[in-house]
Amino acid sequence: MEKTYYDPSDLKKFGKISEWNEELGSKFFEYYGKVFEEGSLKAREKSLIALAVAHTVQCPYCIDAYTGDGLKRGITKEEMMEALHVAAAIRGGASLVHGVQMMNKYDKLSM
Amino acid sequence: MLAKSLQAKKSELSKTEKQLEILSNGFFKDGSLPTFANKLKGIDQFPLRPNKIEILQINVGYMCNQVCAHCHVDAGPDRKEIMTVETMEHILDVLKTTSVNTLDLTGGAPEMNPNLRWFVEEASKLGVKDFIVRSNLTIILANKKYHDLPEFFAKHNIHVISSLPFYKREKTDKQRGDGVFDKSIKALQMLNDVGYGKEGSPLKLDLVYNPSGAFLPTDQMALEKDFKKALKEDFDIDFNNLFAITNIPISRFLDYLIASDNYEDYMNALVEAFNPKAVGNVMCTNTISVSWDGYLYDCDFNQMLGLKVASKEQHISEYNEASLSDRDIVISQHCYGCTAGSGSSCQGTVA
Repeated sequence: MEKTYYDPSDLKKFGKISEWNEELGSKFFEYYGKVFEEGSLKAREKSLIALAVAHTVQCPYCIDAYTGDGLKRGITKEEMMEALHVAAAIRGGASLVHGVQMMNKYDKLSM
Repeated sequence: MLAKSLQAKKSELSKTEKQLEILSNGFFKDGSLPTFANKLKGIDQFPLRPNKIEILQINVGYMCNQVCAHCHVDAGPDRKEIMTVETMEHILDVLKTTSVNTLDLTGGAPEMNPNLRWFVEEASKLGVKDFIVRSNLTIILANKKYHDLPEFFAKHNIHVISSLPFYKREKTDKQRGDGVFDKSIKALQMLNDVGYGKEGSPLKLDLVYNPSGAFLPTDQMALEKDFKKALKEDFDIDFNNLFAITNIPISRFLDYLIASDNYEDYMNALVEAFNPKAVGNVMCTNTISVSWDGYLYDCDFNQMLGLKVASKEQHISEYNEASLSDRDIVISQHCYGCTAGSGSSCQGTVA
């Protein structure tokens, strides 16, 4: 076993997950491929969404993959950082909006 | 920006043997990645063989006014290799007597060869179907004596193919040097002014995009759309086609890959993106590359690696169409660069 939880070279082995469950693995990758095809959203826009979500779920494989994908597509670093701030704003907002719950509870318990 | 070529810096990597050694060792030697030859064997394409030879790509010299970080030629102001009139005369003889119908002049900055204009005039008289000059654009503004190049190119119906790594200043300057973007834009406007790249004009102006880093180019059509929109909106520039070219892991780009610890990942990405459909149309199947001193190679990359054609006659003075058409193409692991994804050639994607 490795001494670290993450190894960058594991990303290339992602496809191997199908070896232990061929049916579900293949279905997942087929779905994954379909999701990123050009649709109502451009492939470029999907790449930026993926990059933002990658940071939200804090997946180092996904961050590597979608930073590289963005560079290939000519996405600028300014666009990438703006996408991240969208993710950060939603994450921060998600914490803060619960403040209303806190305030409601506080008021309910207080005389 | 690099001030000097690898050769002037006496870098180990300026030696072709060193580059070939790196490309054959490590994960290719221990079998963790397949060699290009084995990959071709797997699709029954080994040895790689040419089709009809239609293009002569002529490297008229390694001298250049720029020192780009990714340059596979290791070109720069300190390179003194320049093609002579005598060698050019041999090329004119070949044009008269063979199936070659396209001339593709490259460098260095081809315009810095003092005999370039004479050669263009002479070759034009022979009725070349497609006469390409690969211009780095900034040369047009580098010195007063080059300012009339757009008019000169137009007069001889030269097909201008220009490098512009990106439609934004930062990425272009990082790869090609400070100020390159602004000068390139000005040069493109000068070319547009004499009719290049304009709708309905016979004067063709194509741009070359190559990634500014250790990643592969994406869809050529999508990039062309982005380039056209940005260059039109920001600078009122028109051009015909965009060619997306993969950076080949030799010379300065190889040096960069190794220094930035990207070599292994990059080679993996190239091998993983191997596209059998691209193999049949790689440029070495219809092109012969001629070096400044008249030697013949399968492509400009093999020229920089010192890998001459595997043919009895290896010099333009003894050009033999029959034996060149019957040769095996010399390959190494850098060839993965031309077969990755949609493929890559000096005319862009091939698959």
